[in-house]
Amino acid sequence: MSTLTDPPKPGFRLSQLIYDTRYRSITIQVVAFVLILLGLAWLVNNIVNNLAALGKDFDFGFLSQSAGYDINQRLIEYDNQMSHGRAAIVGILNTLLVAFLGCITATVIGVVAGVLRLSKNWVVSSLMAVYVEGFRNVPLLLWIILIFAIMTESMPHPRDFRGENATQSMLMGDNVAVTNRGIWIPRLAFTNSVSGQEAVAPVDGATPVASGGLDWLLVLGTLAISIFAIRQLGKRADRIQSATGERPTTWWQQLAILIVPVGLVSFFLGMTIVSPYLKGFNFAEGVHLRNSLIALWFALSLYTGAFIAEIVRGGILAISKGQTEAAYALGIQPGRTMKLVILPQAMRVIIPPLISQFLNLTKNSSLALAVGYMDVRATLGGITINQTGRELEGMLLLGAFYLVLSLLISAGMNYYNQSTQMKER
Amino acid sequence: MKKTVFFGALTVAGLAAGMASAATLDDVKARGSLNCGVTTGLVGFAAPNAEGVWEGFDVGVCRAVAAAIFGDPTAVEFVPTTGQTRFTALASGEIDLLARNTTWTMSRDVDLKFEFVGVNYYDGQGFMVPKALGVTSAKELDGATVCIQTGTTTELNLADFFRTNGISYEPVPIETNAEAQQQYLAGACDVYTTDASGLAATRATFEAPGDHVLLPEIISKEPLGPLVRHGDNEWGDIARWTLNALITAEELGVTSENIAELSAAAGDNPEVNRLLGTEGELGAQLGLDADWAKNAIMAGGNYGELFENNIGENTTIGLARGLNAQWTDGGLIYSPPFR
Repeated sequence: MSTLTDPPKPGFRLSQLIYDTRYRSITIQVVAFVLILLGLAWLVNNIVNNLAALGKDFDFGFLSQSAGYDINQRLIEYDNQMSHGRAAIVGILNTLLVAFLGCITATVIGVVAGVLRLSKNWVVSSLMAVYVEGFRNVPLLLWIILIFAIMTESMPHPRDFRGENATQSMLMGDNVAVTNRGIWIPRLAFTNSVSGQEAVAPVDGATPVASGGLDWLLVLGTLAISIFAIRQLGKRADRIQSATGERPTTWWQQLAILIVPVGLVSFFLGMTIVSPYLKGFNFAEGVHLRNSLIALWFALSLYTGAFIAEIVRGGILAISKGQTEAAYALGIQPGRTMKLVILPQAMRVIIPPLISQFLNLTKNSSLALAVGYMDVRATLGGITINQTGRELEGMLLLGAFYLVLSLLISAGMNYYNQSTQMKER
Repeated sequence: MKKTVFFGALTVAGLAAGMASAATLDDVKARGSLNCGVTTGLVGFAAPNAEGVWEGFDVGVCRAVAAAIFGDPTAVEFVPTTGQTRFTALASGEIDLLARNTTWTMSRDVDLKFEFVGVNYYDGQGFMVPKALGVTSAKELDGATVCIQTGTTTELNLADFFRTNGISYEPVPIETNAEAQQQYLAGACDVYTTDASGLAATRATFEAPGDHVLLPEIISKEPLGPLVRHGDNEWGDIARWTLNALITAEELGVTSENIAELSAAAGDNPEVNRLLGTEGELGAQLGLDADWAKNAIMAGGNYGELFENNIGENTTIGLARGLNAQWTDGGLIYSPPFR
């Protein structure tokens, strides 16, 4: 006969939900979850009620209606008879364009400024400190407006380029015109275009030219293959070097591979430079970089570049001084030490904060509004909403677009981040 | 206890949100002032003067409505809106009345769910160019750079005009009239286009107005008027009949000078008596005091006085009455009768 008995099992009491630590956390979570759901339901209910009070429905049909307004900067074909959806895509492409250009320029500026700020040369490092602190501590909007105002107020008028006694002349051999309406630069076109686009003479009497996607695909494709070949050549040189100790001279081969195929393709397509020229009220032909694009692009690049410079500087300082000393001890020159020893290690520290700077730049591009750059906020989130009265739908689409774009940039950069991280084996 | 308070507050907030758009007049009365949406600054129509007091032709409408409700023309909060923000501001209830030279169009009335209470200025879209350009017709503007306020009907008219004439242009989108003026004067655009009245008002503020010409083409009909939200007809009636009172006052010869005398006692003209509340119950029908129209007219004078004092031929803007003369003088300004 056993004297042992099971400890008494008390029944579950309701008060245990609050006083028993085993159940309390669950209680709190359930209550919080219900409160959040209630809050959301209240918000949605509010929207539904207010929409009903205003007599509005929830409908995305407006995207297929004719837009009726014109957009000055179009990367794809668009006219005012096309739909609001198409106008939104034109805006999206403009946003992507300025974000892409901005990210690249900001990175270049940031890396250069970050490295130079660590320079032992007092003048250089002080100049970079002034740049970083100046741009980092003044709101971006002011820089955008300042650059825009400088462009519109102090640059010459197109009519100053006209006539016998023109007070202004085009730069770089009559190829670039800097005016208060933006900068016109030459464009490349093809006399033997294979894209099937109708060839148009840029000036009366000139050879007709066209410039289609297929032509550019051919040129850029050739370039990509050449670059791949050059890298293979470099790897082969590495193998020979590690086997025999002597590195074959490859620079002239690499140069030839880079230039000759692209040159041949360009020659057969009849690539020519089409320069801008005065016509009517403005310059015609060439590529028109509008003031709004220039102001937004440079302000975003300089502003974000200042932040990136600090990130780069931080990344470099995070690498122990012993690495530099070891490299010097091996006789590696300072420039190569930075490129081959310090920066590859610093990248591990630099890239994660760099991602958020890219995201900031992309979202900040919606300040385009200040200078009339026709980004997605100006087309879909501005004029379209105004003409159709679909605030809720438009703003939701706009939010969704920026969310998806940011997540994509994040995903891409995280992938790159993983490839630079220390490989532990 | 705390939770009860919280839920109570939540319920009140929910109810308040649900009822926000119910009765605008009650909201306005409870607030003690009228929230009136105006432009960010267009001299003659709505702009703050040197003392920071808003004045202008559209401002006059706001003040008249405030005077009709409160008997006090200064009981107005002016909310500056741009072409893009004005409709959202009105639809969301941030403003009670929008008097911002806004064109009455079908889609704004029907699709955007607004109610135009009348027309206070019959306008049309015009073009302004520097004289030095040597342009005499809008059809010569092929390839020109055009400054345009975004989110306006002028933007759509412009696209239509250039398309029908088969010529091209480069739009420079701009948010406010002040920015447009600066861009135009800097030469960043060849042409500025907006309502002809707005062009005249803008040109009047230039240092050398004579160096700029308005082209002869008027490419659209732009009936400009105050508007309210759809769905509150009582509120719409107040705005509509305040505007009509100003117009009728001019027609009947009631001015800010003789109104004190005319409203002291019932006179010979029954329509004047009904308008000024010395006879009949028109004010009570609107839910206002009997002297609502008298207060509205005293705020800035009748329609003609508002016009002459703000944008008329004796001001720097110098607009002729033209289409905006009384119907008795061959214009389009016409109010339904007060009876």
